[in-house]
Amino acid sequence: MVELDDVRRTFGPVVAVEALSLRVPAGSVTVLLGPNGAGKTTVVRLVTGALASHGGRVRVLGLDPTGPDGTAVRRRCGVVPARPALYDRLTGYDNLRYGAELFEVPASRIDERIADAAARFGITAALEMRVGGYSTGMRARLALARAVLHEPDLLLLDEPTAGLDPESARTVLGLIDELAEQGKAVLMCTHLLLEAEGLADEVVVLDQGRTLVAGSPEQLTQRYWPAARVVLDADDPTLLDQAQRLPFVCSYARNGAATVELTDPSRVPDLVDALVGAGARLRRVEPQTPTLEQLYFAIRQGAHA
Amino acid sequence: MSARTPSKALVIARTDLRQLRQSRDFWLPLAIIAGLFFVVLPAILLVLITHVSDVRLVKQLSDLVGSLPKQLRTKVKGASGPAQASYALAVYLFAPLAIIVPLTVSSAVGANTVIGERERGSGEFLAHSPASERQIYLGKLIASLIPGYLAAAVGFGCYSLVVNLTVGPKVGGWFFPTRNWWILVVWVLPPFIALALAVILAISAKVSSAAAAQQASALVTLPLILIAYAVASGTLFRAEVVAFAIGGLAWLGAFAALWRGSMAVQRERLLGMGG
Repeated sequence: MVELDDVRRTFGPVVAVEALSLRVPAGSVTVLLGPNGAGKTTVVRLVTGALASHGGRVRVLGLDPTGPDGTAVRRRCGVVPARPALYDRLTGYDNLRYGAELFEVPASRIDERIADAAARFGITAALEMRVGGYSTGMRARLALARAVLHEPDLLLLDEPTAGLDPESARTVLGLIDELAEQGKAVLMCTHLLLEAEGLADEVVVLDQGRTLVAGSPEQLTQRYWPAARVVLDADDPTLLDQAQRLPFVCSYARNGAATVELTDPSRVPDLVDALVGAGARLRRVEPQTPTLEQLYFAIRQGAHA
Repeated sequence: MSARTPSKALVIARTDLRQLRQSRDFWLPLAIIAGLFFVVLPAILLVLITHVSDVRLVKQLSDLVGSLPKQLRTKVKGASGPAQASYALAVYLFAPLAIIVPLTVSSAVGANTVIGERERGSGEFLAHSPASERQIYLGKLIASLIPGYLAAAVGFGCYSLVVNLTVGPKVGGWFFPTRNWWILVVWVLPPFIALALAVILAISAKVSSAAAAQQASALVTLPLILIAYAVASGTLFRAEVVAFAIGGLAWLGAFAALWRGSMAVQRERLLGMGG
């Protein structure tokens, strides 16, 4: 759906994106992770052709978004910019109608689509209100509703949950997941690691416009979090100290419960056997996978080391 | 342009006009200025002048008409000094000043419509939309021209009513618009408004503030005021021919400027970049 190969974009002397390569397949959620200024918003703008690249190749739906096919590309994209880009003086309905008309929703279906989108994002009751009076959460929902009105094949979401309360953020993330299940390709930018958790099929970590690392969360875990971590507790915690002597244990720390790092996740049963054999009565054996946040910092630490 | 071009441009224009209608804080000052120039000031001054009874003041007003060029004096209607003075003021002073109003309206709307998109951040929505840059420009242009032409039509309609009702009875009936004014309002003013807008929209796409764009439009406003004076007063040699010629040149200039200006709207600039 989206193919970026060795893309470069500068703003005067500032390099916003450098040697960026990226693939966003249909029916998947690709998350661009990175701090502010990492180049995430620039990527979204390059994909729709709002910005032209200064090098490399950008193809969206097989077309060049900055060429004569740009209109066709943009017609099939739904964008939620970092700032919702709404018209405050207009009502929610007028904002949606404007979006529907510009994105060529057939006139006979506009009202039906608006009603559906408004219901889906929980803003039906506010449609006749001016957007200037909307809360941050309502604005984000309206921007999302506008982005899906024309049933785009590709959704580009730049910090879609920024400013939302946890409940609204959860709803939005659930909807993104639902859209991906319907076969849409989703490219989402965020610096909130928690929201990419469980949603991302592919994670691209950006730093100063460059790709630090890319892959599925599982691949990244294997690469950057090779040691398997297990948290253990026992009736007599001192017996857990026996684990230090085992050859497949990399590190051991006990502060109440014990945290053990193994050379290989498949050695967890061996660890349990050894401790039971030493007389420990185990109350807790909890293998731990890293959160995306831990993974992200591990990646950044590795990159800057 | 594709066959769909007009519809997307019209959608943009219609939405901009809808926003303008909702922005009372924006259009109210413009409406007040229009009311002052077209109705309030002319009405007050002309009523006062036509009802002057002080002999000394009557003489001063007669002197005012006497100081006009000979070519104009012969055109001034009215039997008494105050009547002649009111006629001269209505045709040669107030009306040329009022010509600023439609230009100001269009310039303000034009500057606001492009720069406002950037300032409010809504330009990003347009930048990601399937509307072409030409369609966006055309939409903004239509949205800016309509208020200006509307201000000209309604404003001069009201002005005509005011001066004909206040001065008309003293000069033998309704007299405004004169033939020269019809030419000015219908033929000369519209291309100047379009020309000013082309300049405004081109500058707006590049500068960061609406004020900077509006100041630049003064470049177009000032010559128009001079032309308005010259044509309306007939001080230009063969005024009608000159008016038609100036109007024709202005139309050509407007089309050229609009064509060139259409290239100024670029997606990157809608995002607040480039320039």
